[in-house]
Amino acid sequence: MTLDPRFDDAHSAGEARRAVREGLGVALATSAYGVSFGALAVAAGLDVWQTCVLSLVMFTGGSQFAFVGIVGAGGLAAVPAAIASSALLGVRNVAYGIRMSPVIGAGFWRRAAAAQFTIDESTAVSLAQRSPHARTLGFWVTGIGIYVGWNLSTLAGALLGDVLGDVRAYGLDAAAAAAFLALLWPRLRARQPIVVGVAAAVVATVLTPVLMPGLPVIIAALVAIVVGWTNWLGSDDRADAEPDDVAEREGMP
Amino acid sequence: MTMWTAILVASIVCVALKTVGYLIPAKWVEAPTPLRIADLLTVALLAALVAVQTLGVGQAIVVDARVPAVLVAAGLLLLRAPFLVVVIAAALVAALLRLWGWAA
Repeated sequence: MTLDPRFDDAHSAGEARRAVREGLGVALATSAYGVSFGALAVAAGLDVWQTCVLSLVMFTGGSQFAFVGIVGAGGLAAVPAAIASSALLGVRNVAYGIRMSPVIGAGFWRRAAAAQFTIDESTAVSLAQRSPHARTLGFWVTGIGIYVGWNLSTLAGALLGDVLGDVRAYGLDAAAAAAFLALLWPRLRARQPIVVGVAAAVVATVLTPVLMPGLPVIIAALVAIVVGWTNWLGSDDRADAEPDDVAEREGMP
Repeated sequence: MTMWTAILVASIVCVALKTVGYLIPAKWVEAPTPLRIADLLTVALLAALVAVQTLGVGQAIVVDARVPAVLVAAGLLLLRAPFLVVVIAAALVAALLRLWGWAA
């Protein structure tokens, strides 16, 4: 309730500018990382076109890296596990869609376009704004900004990867592991996710020598289903729990 | 299955998942159990991928330059370093250790 309408206008213009500025900043930082996705995908055996289609259509970084990592380790035989892993990692986008649905509003094409831009960063930037207008603006600026930047840098990385040769010499394999860790980190704020994370890492490591590449990751995901279903080590009230899902402001799409 | 088929199937599934969130009414999913499983699923997958990306080479478990690189990344995350700094630092550590021949 502001009495002075001019103050209100100036205030909402300020909020809108802030949303745009944040969105562009996040888009720039995230896009830079697309170079390493492009290079790793080519190193895993994909061609430049296949790499670009992953960024253009799949457009959700965690799933893209999971797919490429598993195919890189296991080749064509690991393809079903690669599909399953990228799909399971994409499940969190369902939660983001539910949160963003009221922000986006009505209209078929509008919602269809919004769905493709629904990723960690666009959701996080949007929900960090206060006014409905700034939330909508933050979503579109971040989502479209990252889409353009991530695809350009993917192409650059894929072309670069063709001439780089061994990506290990540049530490890109370690960069992928660190990126997964950085995405995981903000989710480890309660006892239950920490236990699940450690258990899943142990399960995946122990099973790696005995199962086809990709399968250890999927079986490790069962830990989450068992613990989540029984709510073992969980708190009874959700008041002090984490929000529905942690959308990362920084990271990969 | 060819690589192209796999890429298209995986991509379409991921796009479908993004769309699902806009199609289901919010009250269907307010139940705590599916939300909790979705949260923990992401945690388990990311943790498993960290382990496999850090230690796996095909079906072998190998300790090489990636391990110190990921430890440095964890340290930087503890210090609340930005994402890009963490990732570049990890790449740099692994690249330098290999360049100097201190780790494979």
